[in-house]
Amino acid sequence: MGTNHDHLQDPHPAAPARGRPLRLGVGGPVGSGKTALVAALCRTLGRELDLAVVTNDIYTTEDADFLRGNAVLPDDRITAVRTGCCPHTAIRDDISANLDAVESLERRHGRLDLVIVESGGDNLTATFSRGLADRQIFVLDVSGGDKVPRKGGPGVSGADLLVVNKTDLAPLVGADLAVMDRDAARVRGGRPVVFGSLREDPGAPEIAAWVRSVLAEHRSAGPAPGSADAALPTGAP
Amino acid sequence: MLLPAPLLLLADSRLPAGGHAHSGGLEPAAAAGAVTDVPTLAGFLRGRLATTGLVTAALAAAACAHTARAAADHGRASGWTVLDAEADARTPSPAQRRASRSQGRSLLRAVRTASPHPALDALAAFPAPHHPLVLGAAVAAAGGSPAHAASISAYGAVTGPASAAVRLLALDPLAVHRALAELAPRVDAVAAEAGGFAGGDPAALPAASAPALDVFAELHLRAEPRLFES
Ligand SMILES: Nc1nc2c(ncn2[C@@H]2O[C@H](COP(=O)(O)OP(=O)(O)OP(=O)(O)O)[C@@H](O)[C@H]2O)c(=O)[nH]1
Ligand SMILES: [Mg+2]
Repeated sequence: MGTNHDHLQDPHPAAPARGRPLRLGVGGPVGSGKTALVAALCRTLGRELDLAVVTNDIYTTEDADFLRGNAVLPDDRITAVRTGCCPHTAIRDDISANLDAVESLERRHGRLDLVIVESGGDNLTATFSRGLADRQIFVLDVSGGDKVPRKGGPGVSGADLLVVNKTDLAPLVGADLAVMDRDAARVRGGRPVVFGSLREDPGAPEIAAWVRSVLAEHRSAGPAPGSADAALPTGAP
Repeated sequence: MLLPAPLLLLADSRLPAGGHAHSGGLEPAAAAGAVTDVPTLAGFLRGRLATTGLVTAALAAAACAHTARAAADHGRASGWTVLDAEADARTPSPAQRRASRSQGRSLLRAVRTASPHPALDALAAFPAPHHPLVLGAAVAAAGGSPAHAASISAYGAVTGPASAAVRLLALDPLAVHRALAELAPRVDAVAAEAGGFAGGDPAALPAASAPALDVFAELHLRAEPRLFES
């Protein structure tokens, strides 16, 4: 063996979910506020939880500065994964690079509570594999118009939590939040939806509370991927 | 004669082993202006096949032969250290060594999950074995020969970057496919040559290199944004 591979780790299959950190996927279209949400969760949960973040392309120094500056997350807790122009492949069809990144963060930092994986900005059909994320949040924003939840897709209908961000822009783009709430509820089978503005409320307390509750469930029982665990009432803009 | 399905699985680009995020040097070559269209892509692929392609195919064939020998030898694994060092010695760019090891680790995860085998367990003792070593062992575990390992390796050496070019440069996929079809006889020729090294002295494995690709690979690490790992 050479000596220049000590940054790479043992290639064993993923550990069973119980007893390791909760892996939380954050997906959604380009610019909807995924990084803003990750920063909010780091800010709000960072003092009580040991956490780390994996970002998927296109991760720039701008994003890194944002997480470093706003969320007080040191560099060695952020890993960037490149996805070869296929962000959905890296979180769904071929999760190897993300698994490697998550596992090496887990090894480097010992007793992590939570690893957040932010997907690259993609379209409505993107979703996290259950082999990668125990739970996933899908982030929409209102600026795409109030038709987006009606279009559906696996993220809108299947994510454990749907976040509709940038409600501060709703009057400017003529988006009707009640319509979005009704359309989302129709396809989500009771799973929770949170409306809000990360600009106006940069701590995202409601979403952080949801993360605490799924973490508590993960610790007590290990996850049951796909199960609805509504710690929040559905909807209510 | 049937094409054995266990081997087809190893040649399939949908194998979930991390390959989609590597461009085989195509992204930095495109950034440097060396690949801009289908003819320049075809030239890039010919060059890669004759250098990295030949070397990695020979390593895969040697690893496949070694797996068979080690099994007859009751699983003695010491030969892996030698082959791993030979792979290092033939990969001058640290960035490419790292890409090879990272892909080797991902491939090992995939094939061990699918079909456990003592040879794969032996490789798992390494933190991250080189990709052609894992491929060779996986081919042996799937019942294939060193010639099969060389074929699958040489094939991947051109189809990986070709697919990256379609995604990165928006080249016409039909035109790229035609370029690959024209290259296919060369892929077979390189695989045949590479397979001939199996079972011989590891030090005598081919060592063809492409200095420009090595330089591109290093420059790639400093590029921003970069969409592929390598
Ligand atoms: N008005 C408004 N802007 C917001 C809000 N949340 C985020 N933004 C802005 O929206 C832009 C995109 O936010 P990001 O958090 O980078 O979005 P993202 O989903 O991570 O983007 P990609 O990773 O590039 O897909 C930034 O300029 C944010 O400042 C919000 O609640 N209201
Ligand atoms: Mg982002």
